[in-house]
Formats: sequence, structure tokens, C-alpha cells
Amino acid sequence: MNFELTEEQKMLRDMVRRFSEEQVKPRAKEIDEKCEIPQEIIKQLAELGLMGIHVPEEYGGSGLNYVAYSMVVEELSRACASTGVLVSAHTSLVVDPILKYGTEEQKKKFLVPLAKGEKIGAHAMTEPGAGTDVTSISTTAKRDGDYYILNGTKHFITNAREADIFLVFAMTDKEKKHKGMSAFIVEKGIPGFEITKYEHKLGIRGSSTGELVFEDCKIPAENRLGEEGQGFYIAMYCYDGGRIGIAAQAVGIAQAAFEEAVEFAKTRVQFGQPIANFQAIQFKLADMATLIEAARLLYLKAAWLKDQGIPSFYKLSAMAKLFASDVAMKVTREAIQVHGGYGYTTDYDVERHYRDAKITEIYEGTAEAQRLTIARALLKEM
Amino acid sequence: MKAICFVKSVPDTETRVKLAGDRLDKSEIKYILNPYDEFAVEEAVRKKEAGIVDEIVVVSMGPARAQEAIRSALAMGADRGVHIEDDSLDGSDAYATAKVLVEALKKEGGLDTFQLLMFGQRAIDGDTWTVPSMVAEMLGIPSVCNIVKLDIDGNKAVAVRMVEGGEEVFEVELPAVFAGRKGLNEPRYPSLPNIMKAKRKPINKYTLADLGIDAGTVGKAGSFTEVLKYELPPARQAGRKVEGEPEEVVEELIKFLKEEAKVL
Ligand SMILES: Cc1cc2nc3c(=O)[nH]c(=O)nc-3n(C[C@H](O)[C@H](O)[C@H](O)COP(=O)(O)OP(=O)(O)OC[C@H]3O[C@@H](n4cnc5c(N)ncnc54)[C@H](O)[C@@H]3O)c2cc1C
Ligand SMILES: Cc1cc2nc3c(=O)[nH]c(=O)nc-3n(C[C@H](O)[C@H](O)[C@H](O)COP(=O)(O)OP(=O)(O)OC[C@H]3O[C@@H](n4cnc5c(N)ncnc54)[C@H](O)[C@@H]3O)c2cc1C
Repeated sequence: MNFELTEEQKMLRDMVRRFSEEQVKPRAKEIDEKCEIPQEIIKQLAELGLMGIHVPEEYGGSGLNYVAYSMVVEELSRACASTGVLVSAHTSLVVDPILKYGTEEQKKKFLVPLAKGEKIGAHAMTEPGAGTDVTSISTTAKRDGDYYILNGTKHFITNAREADIFLVFAMTDKEKKHKGMSAFIVEKGIPGFEITKYEHKLGIRGSSTGELVFEDCKIPAENRLGEEGQGFYIAMYCYDGGRIGIAAQAVGIAQAAFEEAVEFAKTRVQFGQPIANFQAIQFKLADMATLIEAARLLYLKAAWLKDQGIPSFYKLSAMAKLFASDVAMKVTREAIQVHGGYGYTTDYDVERHYRDAKITEIYEGTAEAQRLTIARALLKEM
Repeated sequence: MKAICFVKSVPDTETRVKLAGDRLDKSEIKYILNPYDEFAVEEAVRKKEAGIVDEIVVVSMGPARAQEAIRSALAMGADRGVHIEDDSLDGSDAYATAKVLVEALKKEGGLDTFQLLMFGQRAIDGDTWTVPSMVAEMLGIPSVCNIVKLDIDGNKAVAVRMVEGGEEVFEVELPAVFAGRKGLNEPRYPSLPNIMKAKRKPINKYTLADLGIDAGTVGKAGSFTEVLKYELPPARQAGRKVEGEPEEVVEELIKFLKEEAKVL
């Protein structure tokens, strides 16, 4: 057993921590208020090689692994949760499936610019009528010669504003239920594809969440990812990995809130002494630190299992996401408590962390959905 | 032309310095590439990107961890490293350090090979600000320290350095030593692909014997200065509250500023 990071992983973490602290954190408040991540930051993420961390170098990536990628999401989210999810949704939900299921041509055409960060990816499954139950999506793709004709509406799509490439899920054969779902690589700007609105949200306000409408949108057949009918399995592959990214995001948010709570507790004086002297505050800090450490180990283990190619990693990634999102909620709530009334104002960052934490219990499978996955996996195993 | 950058591994600025008796407790120190040396490396990389420099060698003298500083510089874009490690170097002052760096330079081809000798203005730990000029002096070449701008044209360089109330502009012939400070450039973050590439870049390792240096001429024995002990700065005093009627308070405050703080 070895918990030591490799030399490159250490250098990567140091670089990302420094970049996050110097370039991202100072703008996190503005990103939240303006509901937009500056293009400049996205460009820097690309230049630093953070948009294709686990993609082999021959496809424009950095050639590291999922452990390194998830560490990066934690560090970015510690500075700004919206920036963290931009990288996570792009990598886990678009880059990773194309790497796994793409043809050589698709990899050259789409994976290379995505991994280099020249293009940004978004993943479109959810619809107004289909959330947790993804098999009930009503978007259809009808084969027409060398094309598919796409019709339907997707909503709650992360990176909708920034993305150039959308991975869209649609039914090619409704009769076959989940075996009739297929995945398509759709480029922004093609006729019949429009982004019709953006959501106003409680948290991760810098991350765009858009509604996509497809009206007789013609997609070249060569843009189908995987086989016809493979869409559901591709989606599950995405979420199994993506949950590690969201767990890492949750840990990053919690870590930020925790650090601010410690700092505040050491400096805030009441009854003639820093509130950190009070055992009630100390116990909160001790619990926060313990939960964060446990959540971090869980997502790192899930990432490590995925890197080893061990199929049952998906149970661990569901556990990591379930636990880490709960930790993020508890820690951010307690961090506000430690700050007292100050924590409730926008003068301090903890209120933002509290708002940002909530989404980690919802997207890429709600906490309830994670429990379903975990229970099914363990009942099958035992 | 070729550039050679001299870099040092130093404690992270965030490190809380702890003492064990009157020695440094190094057990939990995290080390980084000296921030000032980043200006030196960045400038060399920019000169390479501009087609002026064709190879950048990074040299560091120090224990095993000096390699990490070298790797950081390689990840910024330098081409290969030179690491000088020897137990007898313990206690080397700036003078002994400069001697060793000069021998390492010679071993790598000397001034026939390298025209641009880049340093940081100061190492944030030893902080004597002297190694660069000593190296220049030993080699008999010009040095311009504390620079904020460096332009190279053929075998001439124009360097600008900050002095109180203005700037000094120097024109020097290469080879020459330059020591950079904040303002020279904005050092880049090493990108992940470059971090990966740095792993594959070669680092030559030398001991004192490899450089033909007699151990007695460096380390404590070969140094003019010796660190006798370390002491932490005095703990910050609690603030003083001036209370009373406004007239009294103002009077007392002025007295304090004049007599104790001595700022008026
Ligand atoms: C900010 C944001 C970004 C998002 N980004 C994306 C994206 O990039 N791409 C994308 O495709 N989607 C995205 N989503 C959609 C997200 O994945 C869904 O919102 C989520 O899966 C839940 O679906 P729903 O909102 O329709 O809720 P529902 O599925 O309607 O769930 C409502 C409640 O019922 C519970 N529930 C549902 N089924 C069960 C069950 N079987 N057992 C027990 N409880 C159950 C849920 O846990 C939840 O508590 C995003 C959502 C948000 C808010
Ligand atoms: C108590 C003590 C113990 C020491 N132990 C060791 C030891 O075990 N092993 C060992 O090798 N050395 C050791 N040294 C030497 C030390 O590493 C420094 O090189 C030396 O003290 C330089 O002085 P400075 O930090 O004031 O440099 P400054 O003059 O402030 O540095 C200016 C610039 O010179 C260059 N430079 C400085 N030091 C080095 C270096 N070491 N390598 C490359 N470039 C450099 C950098 O560009 C730096 O920015 C020790 C020194 C002391 C005082």
C-alpha cells in the first residue's frame, strides 16, 4: 500500500494549486456574480494541458491518469466550483467516452481539439421529462441515408454556452427501450440546433446550464459514437467516471470552506479569546477535517481503480460521489456556523461554497440514484 | 547561443520555520524552486522562443531535493539539467557556492559554450544577493544584477536595472551574467505536457571529484562566513490601545509616534 504521489503528480498538483490560487480564486466571486467564466481562464486551462489530462499524448492529451485528473478538479473547485465542473463535465462526459468508443477518425477530428482544450465539450442526456430515468428520453434520431435526423429538447446542459462539441443522446429505436438509445457527436452552429435558454441557479452560477432544441437537425452518420443501440451503455460509462470528478469537486468545495473556517476561528475574538479556543468550535473543525479526508481517500481510490481497469470501480465511484456530496453539504453548513452572521453575508466566501455544494447531490445521479447503484452492485456481489 | 541558468531549491514561502535548538528543523519543510530563479528561467525560455537561444541548461548545487528544483525549471522549458551534489558542500557560503558553480560551468564547456548566464537576484533563504556577481568576478565577465529588462542583439545585450528613483541602462558584451527580479517577466506555470516532458530530460550529476574540486576548499572549510545559529524573530507584540478623551488620545498618540515609533 502506498499513498505517495508520483513526482509528476506532485508537480501537477503544485502547479494547479498555484494557478488556482493566483488566477482563479481572486475572480471566483466575480464569476459567481456575473454568471460567467472568463474566456481567459478557459484559455489558460487549455494551455496548461488540463483539458485532456488522462488522454494519451498521441491524441493531444497530457498522458496522465484519472487520479491526476480528479486531483486537478479538486484543486480547481477549491478556488471556484464552476471552473471545476467545466473541466469535469468536459473531461468525464465528453472526452472520456470519445477516447473509449470513438473511431480513429472521430478521435482525430474531435478528441484531439477537445483534449487540447481548443474545443469545449458538453453532454446532453437530461430532458424536461427524463431526469433520473434516462431511458425515458424522448429525443429521437431517425436514420436517413448518410444522416440521422435529430428532434427533441435537452435541458440542464452544463457548458452549453462554452461548448463547441455536444454529445447528444437520442432514441434510434423506441421499442427497444434502453437498448434503442444511441449517442451522437453534434457540432455547435449546425442548422436545426439551437440553444434556447440558460437557467438561473442557486450555486455554480458561473457554470452555464442551457436548454438545447433540435428541429430536424441533420447529423452525419459518421458522427454516431459507438454502435446504434449502444448509447445507454456509453452514458453509464460516462457517469461511472464522472462521479469521481463530481466527488473531487465536492471535496474541493468542502476544503475551501474548511480552510476559511479555520482562519476565521483563529482570528475572531469573543469573550476575550479566539473562538478557536472553544471546544464546540474545535469539534466542528475536527469533524470537518475528518470527513474531508475520508471523502478524498474515497474518490482517489475510485480513480485509482478506474486507472487499473478494474470494472467494479463504478461502485466505489458511486460511494465517493454519495459521500463527498454529503460531506460538502455538512462542511459548508458548519463553516457558515463557525463564521456566525458574517458567514451569512456575501462579504465572506463560505455562503458561496454552501450554495455551490448543493448541486453535487443532484447532477450525474442524485444521492438517491447513487444508493440504488451501490445497493444493486453489492447485492449482485454478495 | 546557449544559456545557462543557476537555480536553487529553497523552502516554500508558506513554510513555517521551526527550530530544533539553534539549528533549522528541516523535517517538514516543503521545498520549491527559488521564486527569483523563475525570472531567470522564464527569460531564457523567452529568448529561446524568440530564436535567440538554442539550448538552456539548468544548474543547481544542493542535496537530492535540488533535483526537484531542476525538474521545475525543465518543466518551464529548459532543455537539460546539471546537479552538483556532495556531502562536503554542507555549510558552503556564497563564495564557496560561486566557486563550485564556476567549475560546473567549465565542465559543461565554459564561456565558449555559454554566452548568457542567468541568475535570480536573490535566494529567499540564504538571501545574500551575492552569488551572481561573485561568479561574474571569478570568470572576469560583466554582470548586471537586479534587472527588469534584457534585450539581446548579436553579442551585445542591453539590460535595464532599477535604482532608487529611476532606471540604469547598461550595454554589455556577452558572455555576461544577469540576475533577474520581479518585473523582468511574468514566469509561466509549467504546463502538464511540459511537466511530463521534463521527466524525460537528462540531468548530469557531478560530485566534487568530478569537478576536480578539493573538498577542503568548499563547504565550511572553504567559506569566509559561517552560520553560527538560527533564531526566530521576536514574537509580534500585542497592539496597544490608547483610551480616554479625544484630546488626550491625540496627544498620547503623537507622543508615541515621535518617541517610540520615531516616525515623526
Ligand atoms: C446545474 C445542473 C447541471 C446539469 N448538467 C447536466 C449535463 O451536463 N448533462 C445532462 O445530461 N444533465 C445535466 N443535469 C441534469 C441532472 O443530471 C439531473 O437534474 C438529475 O439527474 C436529476 O434529474 P431530475 O432533475 O429530472 O430529477 P428527477 O429525476 O425528477 O428526481 C426528483 C427526485 O426524485 C428522486 N428519484 C427519482 N427516481 C428515483 C428512484 N428510482 N428512487 C428514489 N428516488 C428517485 C431523485 O433522487 C430526486 O430527489 C444538470 C442538472 C443541473 C441542475
Ligand atoms: C548553513 C548552510 C548549509 C548549507 N548546506 C549545503 C549543503 O548541504 N549542500 C550544498 O550543496 N550547499 C549547501 N549550502 C550552500 C547553499 O546552498 C547556497 O548555495 C549558498 O548559501 C548561496 O547563498 P545565497 O543563498 O545567499 O545565494 P544568493 O546570492 O542570495 O543567490 C542569488 C542567486 O544565485 C544562484 N544560486 C545561489 N545558490 C545556488 C546554488 N546552490 N546552486 C545554483 N545556483 C545558486 C541563484 O540563481 C540565486 O537566485 C549551505 C549553505 C549554508 C549557509
